[in-house]
Amino acid sequence: MDARTTPHPQPVGASEVIAVRHLSKSYGSGPSAVAALSDIDFSVADGEFMAVVGPSGCGKSTLLKILAGLLPASEGTALLRNLPIMGPRRDIGVVFQSPVLFPWRSVIGNVLLPADVQKLDKTVMQRRALDLLKLVGLTGFEERYPRELSGGMQQRVGIVRALIHDPALLLMDEPFGALDAMTREQMNVELQRIWLESRKTVLFITHSTSEAVFLADRVLVMTARPGRIQDALTIALPRPRQLDVMNTEQFGGYVKRIRQALNAGGGLD
Amino acid sequence: MGGMVNFLLRLVLVAATLGVWEGLVRVLAVPAYILPAPSSIFHALWRGFGFDLSIGLVGNFNAVSDSLYIGHIGVTLAETFMGFALGCFLAFLFGTMVALSRRAEYFLYPFIVMFQAMPKVALAPLIIVWFGLGITSKVVNAALVAFFPLMVNTIVGLRSAEEDRVNLMRSLAATRGQIFWMLQLPNAMPYIFAGLEISMIFALIGAIVGEFVGAQSGLGMLIQSMNFSMDVAGQFSVLLILSVLGLTLNGIVAAIRRRVLFWDPAQTADTSQVANKKAGSL
Repeated sequence: MDARTTPHPQPVGASEVIAVRHLSKSYGSGPSAVAALSDIDFSVADGEFMAVVGPSGCGKSTLLKILAGLLPASEGTALLRNLPIMGPRRDIGVVFQSPVLFPWRSVIGNVLLPADVQKLDKTVMQRRALDLLKLVGLTGFEERYPRELSGGMQQRVGIVRALIHDPALLLMDEPFGALDAMTREQMNVELQRIWLESRKTVLFITHSTSEAVFLADRVLVMTARPGRIQDALTIALPRPRQLDVMNTEQFGGYVKRIRQALNAGGGLD
Repeated sequence: MGGMVNFLLRLVLVAATLGVWEGLVRVLAVPAYILPAPSSIFHALWRGFGFDLSIGLVGNFNAVSDSLYIGHIGVTLAETFMGFALGCFLAFLFGTMVALSRRAEYFLYPFIVMFQAMPKVALAPLIIVWFGLGITSKVVNAALVAFFPLMVNTIVGLRSAEEDRVNLMRSLAATRGQIFWMLQLPNAMPYIFAGLEISMIFALIGAIVGEFVGAQSGLGMLIQSMNFSMDVAGQFSVLLILSVLGLTLNGIVAAIRRRVLFWDPAQTADTSQVANKKAGSL
């Protein structure tokens, strides 16, 4: 495997949480196989907020499923804290496109689901759940049921649930895609606040360039068929970022560069 | 206000129907063995519950001393409940096996298809031959008829867990058992309760049909024996009891369902319509 001798875009270090090396994924086999991901190579440092932006069909959700251990890779490796991801791992939290709350569990019950599955200490987790719900402004809603909450509140419960077992890595798959534009911007501000307080390592998947630039330390730009990384850029905007940062020239420059990368790689859908 | 008016109109309509029925029977002098007047039906009902000493009319079989109907209601209810419990237990067991195991599905499928298409009540004579004239054959018959609606709904319900929810559980490294108990089973509860509601009524039907074919007691046997003695008013009174029993049994399951499924927004709507489409036939 002389592929291993090629230089990585980022140096291998102890502070790396994710290291993805020459990762490929194809569905089916033989000549009818469809390549979803081709030679993906990147790493995410501890405490880093990484966004992956790309058009639909670029394989970004496939990438997230592989990192969550829900799908096996066809080739290459994905390491979490230097251990290969062979299946679902307890030190990962996932936030899905929809909140995926269980309607028969109360808000606190939903938040404690990972703790129940992983049989963690009840009293410790209960206290942690209350703290986290306070962090996202849901104090007083603990005993409510999901159907009583708005879409934005539901997704906040989904985020708190992903954080409850203190995972090493938070995977977010277009978590605000189903929300209206205004709620979405508010949620972005709120997510940044949560992230600044918890300093989790985040891999955030989105098809919104402005959302990626607003939230991330670094943005990977993916293009479709097969999904590969077209560009990677570091966002040097100071934090905490306010919504009006979107009107600055610097922000516009980042968005423009991402657009160019997307166009160069076969265009937007 | 409109609701109150409608409710009164409803009562008036029922009373008017009974009045016209009574009047027509009397004016046209319809024989009691063709169509009895409502008054004679209520009289038969009254008498059947032991409020009259002249129960000798249908007293040629071992009736409960002073209240003929109570004993028969007890027998039919016992058959229905035992059949329901047995049928539902097996339905849940087989439904779960089929839903969770491709292998079980593969081997059980031919039997399920064959039985599902068959009118289960047609098996009643055979069951009487196998299990005798006592209560056992009626319990088996009720269980058989109650089995399919719940089994079908259990399978559909357990398989209806959304992919995202399954992925969430898997991403937390949940075991298959945890996915079943924490996700699939609660997720299937609306389907299971819809199935239970139908199975409850079906169990009553199964018990009555079993009694028609051959029994020593029970409301079905009572209808048969009244039919032989041309006691049509008596038959009507038993039909009235069966209707009330059906409503009560259904109401009990529905009440439990509303309590258990408080979280399901669909519960405010009438789910029995949906359930009827999903469940198997008699």
